[in-house]
Amino acid sequence: MSPTDDGVQPQGPDAAGGDPLAPRAAPDDSVLLTARGIRKSFGDNEVLRSIDLEVRRGEVVVLIGPSGSGKTTVLRSLNGLETPDGGTIAFAGGPELDFSGAIPKAGRFALRDRSAMVFQQHNLFPHMTVLENVIEGPVLVQRVPKARAVAEASALLERVGLAEKRDAYPFQLSGGQQQRVGIVRALALKPDLLLFDEPTSALDPELVGEVLSVIKELADEGWTMVVVTHEVSFARQAADEVLFMDGGVVVERGAPKQIFTNPTQERTRRFLDRILRPLD
Amino acid sequence: MASGWQLFLESFWPIVWGGLSGTIPLALASFAIGLVIALAVALARISKNRVLSGIGRFYVSVIRGTPLLVQLFVIFYGLPAVGIVIDPWPSAIAAFSLNVGGYAAEIIRAAILSVPKGQWEAGYTIGMSHTTTLRRIILPQAARVSVPPLSNTFISLVKDTSLASLILVTELFRVSQEIAAFTQDFMLLYLEAALIYWLFCLVLSSGQNALERRLDRYVAH
Repeated sequence: MSPTDDGVQPQGPDAAGGDPLAPRAAPDDSVLLTARGIRKSFGDNEVLRSIDLEVRRGEVVVLIGPSGSGKTTVLRSLNGLETPDGGTIAFAGGPELDFSGAIPKAGRFALRDRSAMVFQQHNLFPHMTVLENVIEGPVLVQRVPKARAVAEASALLERVGLAEKRDAYPFQLSGGQQQRVGIVRALALKPDLLLFDEPTSALDPELVGEVLSVIKELADEGWTMVVVTHEVSFARQAADEVLFMDGGVVVERGAPKQIFTNPTQERTRRFLDRILRPLD
Repeated sequence: MASGWQLFLESFWPIVWGGLSGTIPLALASFAIGLVIALAVALARISKNRVLSGIGRFYVSVIRGTPLLVQLFVIFYGLPAVGIVIDPWPSAIAAFSLNVGGYAAEIIRAAILSVPKGQWEAGYTIGMSHTTTLRRIILPQAARVSVPPLSNTFISLVKDTSLASLILVTELFRVSQEIAAFTQDFMLLYLEAALIYWLFCLVLSSGQNALERRLDRYVAH
């Protein structure tokens, strides 16, 4: 492959501008995702009791809450990794999936067409190099010509500072580098919505910053994302809306400033006290 | 009468040739077909479909619960009674493939289950179907895990093919039997056959090591 100057890069309708980190559609405040009344039980354990969520293009929604509150299940439902027992999920321009009936397989694929997940444990493919990890989806699933997928993947890796690691195997990378590759793998699919499931929880503290700064950068570029995290400082800086979940319901939602400095619900206050002042 | 050493030397290449033209092709063909059966049975056993997983479990149970020699005799000497006559070679390949299929199925099943669930989900989230995820993500990782136990199965199979001598297949052991019947030097010729099996297995083991090293290249040491 020739060293990419941006002029050579194939400019599909997808490649907005020259910046590989730029999202596919410019944020225009229109509603991208609508989820209504999402319910989910595992056996007797009711994890989600009617969750409503609306995400606008370019918006960053952060889900916080104690473990077991259902945040991750919401995220996984949006990606079709979990099938809710009831409720609806619809992406702009797509069909509305109603989970109270039987959902055809195609429904789950429709969700994955629009969103991509970054996992807590990166889940990179260990038998593939960094580059192979990133181009697997575009080439195999989206049928992007390989040369173009490689060019785009290289540009993305370059932007997150991993250009020289493209031929390394995941085990040769640090945790922070692995997670950045995980982010690039999701970005390479050019989804409308990025889902982050506690992307820094498995990392050593000194590696958290390099991953959060990439996510922050994506947020600034206009990517639409739903992030499950315990990183309050990230939520304060990057979130447009914060949802506090507990016991399978959204207890409180609002702008980060309001949630973190002036929560209206007692449960929210207690949770924030615990994570902000764990020793008091 | 030829000295023992001379007999050893004179019979060495005929027996080795019996191995190269009989034992090895028989083992390779049976192993290849056996792996296909094993993969199908492993996937059936893992399947959420109860009928499929039941069939898979039944197959493994029958194969592992009956002697290989009996399986071989049922196919070669038994089936003609119901009008199905199969030549020695195809009979041997059928019996050994079915047998390998049962044992290797359990190895492959365990290997597939050893791949973390997150790998499936990572495949799904980049838009892959179940089958594509299995083929591109899960099986390559399962292959690495299953090479050592599958190599054992293959080496066992190489030795087990000596049973084919009992259904008239000319392979390593049958050649030595024929020479021994002629010269009456049973001890010498059977020890010689044992030695040659061992040499074959040494070569196979080194091949196994090379393969494991190759498949281990993406794993931290």
